[in-house]
Amino acid sequence: MTFCLKNSRNIISKLKPKVGLLSLMKQSSDCCYSSCLNHSNHCNFLPVTATSPFVKQLKNPDSNSHKKGRFFVFERFESTTAEKQIASVPNGEDNQVLNFPGGKVIFSPEMRFLSESPSLHAHCYRVLDDNGQLIRHSNFIQVSEDIAVKMYSNMVTLQTLDTIFYEAQRQGRISFYVTTIGEEAINIASAAALTLDDFVFPQYREPGVLLWRGFTLQEFANQCFGNKADYGKGRQMPIHYGSNKHKYFTVSSTIATQIPHAVGAAYSLKMDKKDACAVTYFGDGGTSEGDFHAALNFAAVTEAPVIFICRNNGWAISTPTSDQFRSDGIAVRGQAYGVRSIRVDGNDVLAIYSAVHAARKMAVNEHRPILIEAVTYRVGHHSTSDDSTKYRPADEIEWWRMARDPVTRFRKWIESNGWWSSEAESQLRSSIRNQLLQAIQLAEKVEKPPVKDLFTDVYDDLPPNLREQEKLLRETINRHPKDYPADVPL
Amino acid sequence: MLAIIRQTVSNGASRNRPAFYASRSYSAAVKEMTVREALNSALDEEMSADPKVFLIGEEVGEYQGAYKISKGLLEKYGLERVRDTPITEAGFAGIGVGAAYYGLRPVVEFMTFNFSMQAIDHIINSAAKSNYMSAGQLSVPIVFRGPNGAAAGVGAQHSQCYASWYGSCPGLKVLVPYSSEDARGLLKAAIRDPDPVVFLENELLYGESFPVSEEALDSEFCLPIGKAKIEREGKDVTIIAFSKMVGYALKAADMLAKEAISVEVINLRSIRPLDRATINASVRKTNRLVTVEEGFPQNGVGAEICASVVEESFGFLDAPVERIAAADVPMPYAANLERMAVPQVEDMVRAAKRTCYRSV
Repeated sequence: MTFCLKNSRNIISKLKPKVGLLSLMKQSSDCCYSSCLNHSNHCNFLPVTATSPFVKQLKNPDSNSHKKGRFFVFERFESTTAEKQIASVPNGEDNQVLNFPGGKVIFSPEMRFLSESPSLHAHCYRVLDDNGQLIRHSNFIQVSEDIAVKMYSNMVTLQTLDTIFYEAQRQGRISFYVTTIGEEAINIASAAALTLDDFVFPQYREPGVLLWRGFTLQEFANQCFGNKADYGKGRQMPIHYGSNKHKYFTVSSTIATQIPHAVGAAYSLKMDKKDACAVTYFGDGGTSEGDFHAALNFAAVTEAPVIFICRNNGWAISTPTSDQFRSDGIAVRGQAYGVRSIRVDGNDVLAIYSAVHAARKMAVNEHRPILIEAVTYRVGHHSTSDDSTKYRPADEIEWWRMARDPVTRFRKWIESNGWWSSEAESQLRSSIRNQLLQAIQLAEKVEKPPVKDLFTDVYDDLPPNLREQEKLLRETINRHPKDYPADVPL
Repeated sequence: MLAIIRQTVSNGASRNRPAFYASRSYSAAVKEMTVREALNSALDEEMSADPKVFLIGEEVGEYQGAYKISKGLLEKYGLERVRDTPITEAGFAGIGVGAAYYGLRPVVEFMTFNFSMQAIDHIINSAAKSNYMSAGQLSVPIVFRGPNGAAAGVGAQHSQCYASWYGSCPGLKVLVPYSSEDARGLLKAAIRDPDPVVFLENELLYGESFPVSEEALDSEFCLPIGKAKIEREGKDVTIIAFSKMVGYALKAADMLAKEAISVEVINLRSIRPLDRATINASVRKTNRLVTVEEGFPQNGVGAEICASVVEESFGFLDAPVERIAAADVPMPYAANLERMAVPQVEDMVRAAKRTCYRSV
């Protein structure tokens, strides 16, 4: 699958905002993409139309008559031709050059401050339009039927998993749950573009990545119920999944701490000369943490093969992005650290897939970090402890759930390719639902972890003081058996 | 005057070879080594033995270490294994933990442990608790090291002792070397240990010279983690100290010996795990206890030792436990004030006498 692009710096500078599909969105709802539309004068999502110049036909042997021809877009991916900043305009003193540590910058007698926000916001890459049809001249990595159907099935599974487990929490069967509704495309498509050798450092809204890698519904249920079969031995709240064999580092509740961890692991991969990278996920809120800054800076300086994927879903619990930061989203921050970055439509499976695929190649082959800002919307509440209708309009949530559902959008594309049908849909959904209900029933019945697991893993070996405490505990249990819970094995 | 030292290697290879140092040496001069040299040699040997060990921190490379502890290491091991970092404790502590999750063995240097507060979330939440929270899937064989406690005239934000802060957290091991042998043996043990270790050094001890045995110079030399050392045996009162205060306690013991009070000095070497067995055995022998620390008094190490002794050896105490710690104020800068804010030898002498009812 080749992926060629034409270098066209000129086009970027001449580009004017066009009325495209995103404008329609803007008209139909009140500013949902608050992250990108802080400065409301521009519509900064620019779908490529047929009138774009520099179009070049891509010959594709797998070309399907359903698909439109793929045309080049003016975005560049080549490593050597990253866009260069135009230095400040010299006014007379052309030969004077900055000779402080830091490089060649031209002096200028004109005092000009860099604007706090660019006149043109970073473009948002997308491949499928809101109706799941390929945008003309869109540029993306070809996806086979197998992969596309697998991605779709995983998205449906994730959606169903979330719905059923959320219900289980409401019924009191598990204590807590966090849904990923609205962000299925980011989860599944990014996972599909990685390899199983890559290390994943999640925040907590990425169970789809683990699902793609082979974590079973039963394993998810076991962790949520904290039973004996949980790999976490019942130590953490639900949704804090972790699995060494899937290279998915255990979820920890602290925000953004996983970002420098990923850089450390990437640095280690580089030291070991492995053909793999580290990938880390975080939300728009997580980028305010000091760890985000330190990690990006470090990754650039150490040239670590790491991919930073920011799920900009508009909300950090009740804090909208307008209260979180004033930059043009997250993608522009990459440049401040010397990290190559891109903004992608987070609800577009093909765009995410292509961007992560390209990012991985750059990260591993060139030893460089890449920042991907996936713009999306958190359709669900922050968690089962949250009721988001308290701080955002219910119709906004509904609109994103129905009109902007990434699952439906991708379904339309695979159906238009003849790879999916409504029979397959209903079969899949009912099958997943049954499997989930069974998994929950089974997980509920499995014993809880034994009392010895209260004391193990604090250190590599059980230290004498904990051995003594366990002994004392067992003596107490023997003396007062009626006070000890019946469903906790000894 | 050199005590006979019996050392055991912590991991596997047991070498119970007593070093009959004074009786065996033929050469005139006893080998002496500063704590700085001890730490440097320990780092060098561990980096040479295991390619997974690497050092990160501010100024550790080109500058040879802010206190020259990592002198010569960049030259010997190269940029990949001795890494100068940008100024972000949170950043490089997090990166170190990430590398440890992957399977490397980082040694993270803080310029002083006062700056570790900017990284303490990674030390506690990402390192100490990870093995437990992940049920053994994420082990963190990391060492956080650097100078701890007061130096001379560096003021409040450069003088705090963090032994009790880190000592209260399960999942961490906290070591406090005093002599050069302590420094060598404990640092090597810390680097080889699969659990996260906080290694609290002391800036004023770096330049101090101590005799070292032949055994301590061996590249396999490790001290067991969690065992205190009886620096000086005695029978009237026990003084328990760690790090720089051990030196002061030994001086106090000399002064008290002139007044016929025989002091047993215990060098803790390890705050977590705390060697309660040695502490209590000593108190049962002498029946009197003085604890000494450089840190703030409330919720300090002395408080924990006192609680342990009351729990296990209450009937053996002939006098209330005396607790010596820093003044309960942020460290002042002026030399005269600083002197009054930190424990001095005279304080220990007076406290020991109080426990012996020789004075009030």
